[in-house]
Amino acid sequence: MGKKLGNQTISFTNPVGVLGNYAIVGEKEGAGNFSKYFDFILKDDTFGEKSYERAERKMLEHCILGAIDNAGIKSKDIDLLISGDLLNQIISSSFTAREFDISYLGLYGACSTMAEAIAVGATFVDGGYFDKVACATGSHFSSAERQYRFPLELGNQRPPVSQWTVTGAGCMVLGAGVTEICISNATFGKVTDFGINDVNNMGAAMAPVIAIIGP
Amino acid sequence: MNVQERNKKYNDYVNAKKPKTKNFPTLIYAYIVGGVICMIGQGINDALMAIFPKMSIDSANAWMLIILIFIASLLTGLGVYDRIGVFAGAGSIVPITGFSNSITSPAIEFKKEGIIFGLCVKMFSVAGPVIVNGTIISIIVGLVYLFL
Repeated sequence: MGKKLGNQTISFTNPVGVLGNYAIVGEKEGAGNFSKYFDFILKDDTFGEKSYERAERKMLEHCILGAIDNAGIKSKDIDLLISGDLLNQIISSSFTAREFDISYLGLYGACSTMAEAIAVGATFVDGGYFDKVACATGSHFSSAERQYRFPLELGNQRPPVSQWTVTGAGCMVLGAGVTEICISNATFGKVTDFGINDVNNMGAAMAPVIAIIGP
Repeated sequence: MNVQERNKKYNDYVNAKKPKTKNFPTLIYAYIVGGVICMIGQGINDALMAIFPKMSIDSANAWMLIILIFIASLLTGLGVYDRIGVFAGAGSIVPITGFSNSITSPAIEFKKEGIIFGLCVKMFSVAGPVIVNGTIISIIVGLVYLFL
């Protein structure tokens, strides 16, 4: 069994390894400095679907399949799928889970969803409850704009501090055993509010949580 | 250090560090684009008066507004208006064309959720406050006018 190191951090005693991973991104992300690390870059931000929400769901499904394939296993070997996204009722994740015959745990952590999924998944693997866990998340710029901000065609200006939601999805398959990359510890953050009221400045709103994190 | 003091200090720090909108160039762009939109409106007005000499100035104004609203909606649908908006800012938001854009853009965006529950419900999600305030203020002004 693992142990608690401080108030916020746990340490895993059994090795939890990353068996496989996969990442899909949109065109804008693919044009950036990290393009060579992505497995698949979309040329069309609707991914051949009718709406951006459907595209987001398809990206998520695509990357879960990709990660399972990358791990060299079959989807029936996966014991648990942990996933989340930014839409209402984490609908993209739930509709993706519908396509798989795998137990599903939905998470909502907004920007932290991927880290949260890995921490939760690693805990299950470390405890010996599940052998292989797929952790995934996805978002789409155009669906997030609709969810949180203004319609795409509205002629408004973005302030210089505003963020741009990633079009992309990522999945990581965790399993018991030592691999090249292992999960050794997990630190869970606290909700921290330093009174930033500007909805366009999410960076400043989120930054303090890192500064006050304890062991 | 108490919470309010800490928050104020952090907000001051963020405000000092964050990149600011460049006021001077954006003012010029807004002035030029807003002015051009108004010139187009005046041009339409003059053209209408020249083509239909019997038309009164009030109905020419109404037709001019209808034509501007139509052009702005069309440009929104073609995906051009938001690009003008990024460049012009208030220059393209304040004239009536901006109001047209603020109704057309949610209508396009939410059409995918259905005609009634998507398009019709969400159509005024951006322009709604303007319409509510306009209606209330016109009622107040009307009452003042009635009793004075």
